[in-house]
Amino acid sequence: MEAFRTMDAVAVPLPRPNIDTDQIIPARFLSRPREVDHTEFLFHDARRLPDGEQNPDFALNREAWRNARIVVAGKNFACGSSRESAVWALFDAGFRVAIAPSFGDIFRNNGMKNGLLPVMLPADVVESILAQIEADPGARIQVDLPAQTVTAPDGSVHSFEVDPFAKHCLLEGLDEIGLTQSYEEEIAAFERRFGRENVR
Amino acid sequence: MSETMFEKIWQKHRVLDRDDGQTLLYVDTHLLHDGGATAFDFLRNRGLKPRAPERIFATPDHYVSTSSRKVEEIEDERHREMVEKLDRNTREYGIKQFGLGTEGQGIVHVMGPEQGLSQPGILLVCGDSHTSTHGAVGALAFGIGSTEVAHVLATQTLWQRKPKTMRIRVDGTLSDQVTGKDVILAIIAKIGAAGGTGHVLEYTGSAIRGLSMEGRLTLCNMSIEGGGRAGMVAPDNTTFQYIAGRPYAPKGAAWDAALDRWRALPSADDAVFDAEVALDGSAIQPMVTWGNSPEDALPIDGRIPDPSSAVDAERREQMARMLVYMGLQAGTPLSEVAVDRVFIGSCTNSRIEDMRAAAAVAKGRKVAGSVRAWVVPGSEGVKRQAEAEGLHDVFRAAGFEWREPGCSMCLGTNGDIAQPGERVASTSNRNFMGRQGPGARTHLLSPAMAAAAAITGRFTDVRRLLAGEA
Repeated sequence: MEAFRTMDAVAVPLPRPNIDTDQIIPARFLSRPREVDHTEFLFHDARRLPDGEQNPDFALNREAWRNARIVVAGKNFACGSSRESAVWALFDAGFRVAIAPSFGDIFRNNGMKNGLLPVMLPADVVESILAQIEADPGARIQVDLPAQTVTAPDGSVHSFEVDPFAKHCLLEGLDEIGLTQSYEEEIAAFERRFGRENVR
Repeated sequence: MSETMFEKIWQKHRVLDRDDGQTLLYVDTHLLHDGGATAFDFLRNRGLKPRAPERIFATPDHYVSTSSRKVEEIEDERHREMVEKLDRNTREYGIKQFGLGTEGQGIVHVMGPEQGLSQPGILLVCGDSHTSTHGAVGALAFGIGSTEVAHVLATQTLWQRKPKTMRIRVDGTLSDQVTGKDVILAIIAKIGAAGGTGHVLEYTGSAIRGLSMEGRLTLCNMSIEGGGRAGMVAPDNTTFQYIAGRPYAPKGAAWDAALDRWRALPSADDAVFDAEVALDGSAIQPMVTWGNSPEDALPIDGRIPDPSSAVDAERREQMARMLVYMGLQAGTPLSEVAVDRVFIGSCTNSRIEDMRAAAAVAKGRKVAGSVRAWVVPGSEGVKRQAEAEGLHDVFRAAGFEWREPGCSMCLGTNGDIAQPGERVASTSNRNFMGRQGPGARTHLLSPAMAAAAAITGRFTDVRRLLAGEA
């Protein structure tokens, strides 16, 4: 996994609640393996008009936000399906941070395991940041994982919570499987104790 | 001893706790479907193989054709490859696969309970968000992403931070034709699509006790639609009778020992939950969704809501956007909204009871000329049982298409999609924009309500149809 420490980047606003992973990447692209660049699948249908042309009004299509690496969204961002390709599509398109009042639980886990940091901030703070980046397209946000802070365009600094274990893995770009294997003794001991229970 | 059922199962599966609050949990049962090829790629790239293949069970569902049982007849090369890869991967690593055309094949969340693999007290995971389904038997079951699937394959364990618990109590007697689907839609309408985020939901109360196993599976299936990490129902005689005699259920002395363990699972009377929600079951009506989130659900006698009635500007904009996408006018009675297609199927509602409920409505009636209606049984087992009962003949005589088992139109990964602008009455779980195909307009409802919509060509209170009033 690619490590993440800090970022100073353009933030794009997606000021809607319940943006689901079906919107982030429609189901017909789920058969693509990880090696395939998922950039073009990101919001594939949402960013296009019914005739297939790019919708100039969709935030990701606007010039000021083309190089955005931080997405700021409404509550319950990336709810729904467990498809990890929702994270891959964001990651491949350059995103490393998603800020929202709340996230779908599975997406949050998937993000932390793929170098995409989900940042939960109070709803009023997210609302304020959304207003700032909508008013000044191209405005930048600073994210500091070691300090667990977000600095909004207006200079206000907001702390966020992050699971210490996930933070450690993300800061170091750690492979979780390798880490778990270092507990082989404990797992083997558990298996001896647990025996064949519930094996069918 | 005032533990919740969730706490008991959590404690039982703890391999170790780290000081930073992470727990390594041991996974009893890992289910795989044909969307999981990436996890095997991850595994191979690291030179690893599954640690406990005897704890893994697989079946193809997302990419199978619902018009043929032959892999070679899957037209899209990518889809065919997904099914073939599952076959190859399971053979290579000695994993039991319920293959295409065999008795056990089906939607993975129909297959697990049907085979008796989903049992009380176990920790079960699968790379699919609707894994919450299996909690209906009193298991802790939740969906994971591909990286986590690879982790479970390699280590049979998973890192988790302990979630919170929410008790959802539904008391009272459900009215005629009010099903598990209507109960969960009413719950989500109350708590919201993010209401259960970070929580494991336990459903209790007399209305839940009164649900059949199929009804409980439907209920727990959509826990994720209310944001829940998992959903569960305490095991009772309904559970035990459902599991007894299934292929992977314990037998003989092992069954008696299992019953003793299972009877100790329910939450203690004085167990404390982090959150409590209560609904009056007797007030729940047959439900239909109108918007693009499962929380946008109304009783069938309702009207399409007016955005101007919204609590705030954000909700007002969201409602207006959804009405445009859905092609609906505020104030229109739901019962005047016409449908183009009907889909009875998915891991939410494709079990034998669902087939029977829909067939009871279809019997002796005809699908409206303007409607194309599909019935997609959830598994080969459901299909064979339904055919033994003659339900396929009932559906066909009424003008429904009777198809082969798979996920089908729930998400259209196999190509079963609706056309842009088509309105679908669907027994599935998500009414998201584009879920059933770009521009498709999905309304969620129960199998009996879907069958009623097929007959009249519009949303209809199935009770009125059966009473000859609609």
